[in-house]
Amino acid sequence: MWLRIEPRPEPSRLMRYLSPLLAVALMLICGMVLFKVLGKSPVEGFKVFFLQPMADRYSVAELFLKATPLMLCAVGLSVGFRGNVWNIGAEGQLLVGALAGGGLALHFPNSQSPFLLPAMFMAGALGGMLWAAIPAWLRTRFNANEILTSLMLVYVAELMVSWLVHGPWKDPDGFNFPQTRMFQSKAILPVLVEGTRVNAALVVALGALVVGWIFMNRSFLGYQMKVSGQAERAGRYAGFSARRTVWLGMLIGGCCAGLAGVSEVAGPIGQITEHISPGYGFAAMIVAFVGRLEPVGIFFASLLMALLYMGGEQAQQYLGLPYSISKVFQGLLLFFLLGSDVFIHFRLRLDRGRK
Amino acid sequence: MQRLKSSITLLGLGLLAASPLAAADPAPTQVGFVYVSPVGDAGWTYQHDQGRKEMEKALAGKVTTKFVENVPEGADAERVVRQMITGGAKIVFTTSFGYMNATEKVAVAFPNNFFFHATGYKTGKNMGIYNARFYEGRYLCGVIAGKMTKSHIAGYVAAFPIPEVLQGINAFTEGMRSVDPKAEVRVIWVNSWFDPGKEREAALTLISQGADMITHHTDSTAVVQAVEEKHKENANLYSFSYHSDMSKYGPKSCLTGTTHLWGDFYTRVVKEVMAGTWKGTNVWGGMKDGMIKLAPLNAAVPAPVKTLVVKLEKEIIAGKLHPFDGPVIAQDGKELVPKGKSMTDAELGGMNYYVKGVASTLPKN
Repeated sequence: MWLRIEPRPEPSRLMRYLSPLLAVALMLICGMVLFKVLGKSPVEGFKVFFLQPMADRYSVAELFLKATPLMLCAVGLSVGFRGNVWNIGAEGQLLVGALAGGGLALHFPNSQSPFLLPAMFMAGALGGMLWAAIPAWLRTRFNANEILTSLMLVYVAELMVSWLVHGPWKDPDGFNFPQTRMFQSKAILPVLVEGTRVNAALVVALGALVVGWIFMNRSFLGYQMKVSGQAERAGRYAGFSARRTVWLGMLIGGCCAGLAGVSEVAGPIGQITEHISPGYGFAAMIVAFVGRLEPVGIFFASLLMALLYMGGEQAQQYLGLPYSISKVFQGLLLFFLLGSDVFIHFRLRLDRGRK
Repeated sequence: MQRLKSSITLLGLGLLAASPLAAADPAPTQVGFVYVSPVGDAGWTYQHDQGRKEMEKALAGKVTTKFVENVPEGADAERVVRQMITGGAKIVFTTSFGYMNATEKVAVAFPNNFFFHATGYKTGKNMGIYNARFYEGRYLCGVIAGKMTKSHIAGYVAAFPIPEVLQGINAFTEGMRSVDPKAEVRVIWVNSWFDPGKEREAALTLISQGADMITHHTDSTAVVQAVEEKHKENANLYSFSYHSDMSKYGPKSCLTGTTHLWGDFYTRVVKEVMAGTWKGTNVWGGMKDGMIKLAPLNAAVPAPVKTLVVKLEKEIIAGKLHPFDGPVIAQDGKELVPKGKSMTDAELGGMNYYVKGVASTLPKN
């Protein structure tokens, strides 16, 4: 008797959308078992980990604040991923965007112009696109694998941030510590709800989701990208340019990541330091796939991801669990999602009577 | 009768409450700690966590503590500090430089709570800062290195050229050259606080360049371990650890180390806050205050050197010896502190140069 994996003739569309929910459910069950094994009450654990981060206005606002850069990066990446353009370097594009936007803020310390913030976002978008353009060019010109080049450029971007905050952009009154001056008030994003930190960047992120949805579902270009991604040769026969797919996928990803960078430095941080992003560009890849590369899905997936981060903080404070607990949950989620996806496209067959 | 009894009890309770012994709040004070890395078993955060445990023990029954580890120094810190307060903490210690602005913002929002930020420079009505004079221990390690080196070269694996790290390098150099004027110190920057791979590689590079006294200002035990391995090939190769006593990672080769001790400080300020006598904290404590100490000296350190170190340690504690007593000469030959003077705290805080005797050049800004 053998177990065999064979492709399903027609993957279920319904299951494609249900599988993230299934993955979340399995993650929760596994998590509860984990709490039990660690000697904590599963119900208490669930409450602390998943409900407490949504318990009051401030916490909910924090959830949206944390989800904002994830949303932005993920929606940009999803455009490329649909076209089989594998931009792994959103983290670096985010950093360069933050440098471009933040640099503008530092360059105009006394500007009273209401256009300063929009200009910072423009600069951030351009910075991110510039950083994404390098792997796009290497891919289209030399056929260099963008997975490698975009990832390597993350480290270059990190070093660039480090050099600037240790060197030319260092706060002259900051006792030599690696940080820039604080941004002036006109370069700080306005807060949406008094008493919280959720700011105008959320509006930008929601806007990006809407534009992303229109681009992917209603524009000819988006359609071309989808076709090229799903069936490259079909795309070529139809006369769709593979180069254009690469360029668009990379540039849109870079643009959104750059905006995310500005939303952090002009938002909750208010200056440039070496710690702009705790890995949003990488986490956004999980978000994009959990969200099924769809803007609506990404919206919920980024909130879920933010919840996992914040739940981990709560679990440390109230349950005395180590910080790795959030990583475990993130891993469980991704594992069950990929697992469910395997069974959407394939099925297990029992082979009887064959050797 | 019953009533009489209870009123006597009440009276007794009242007397107890009035006596200073029972003046503490019956509900324990909650104290929160925010850590930049996982606690682990050695290093910066580990020492803070040891301090937390000591404080909890010293004030048993009067305090409860909690901590969140591995909190990124970006946007997340503010939320964690704030949630510690809304979760019931009266006092919060934030133990990394990058938490400065976040701590300040929350301190302003919660004027009835107390905040202490390690290694920063912003204070407030309810926000204190604290740090330790790690360079005092570095100086003594340098003296031992100067006495024990054969190659007259020391190697230093360092994270980032901020003042605190430069103070350590320069103090080590001053200490080493005070007993071995020929000595030079070579520095490799790894641009990371915690990167065992790079730290190890840097240590091996320094060893291959002839350095036989190796120390580090990074967070892992990699340097001490690398030296322990190479000690088999060169019996005069030794290391000095930092943050924690890492002798168990280098039983043969780790001579001593500058260890950080936060327990007494934590106990003291928490007591002050609970008693309502806290008047602001701007502590930069050294050996005198028990905030740093040399780890027990390895048996490989000869007795005369031990005696010398003990004597110098006493002089530092008594304020008779300052690692940056003049003349302090910069690498380029400029006199920074004239003979007869010592470097001031303000000058130490702005340190952005190497002293004479450091053979490497500082990365240019």
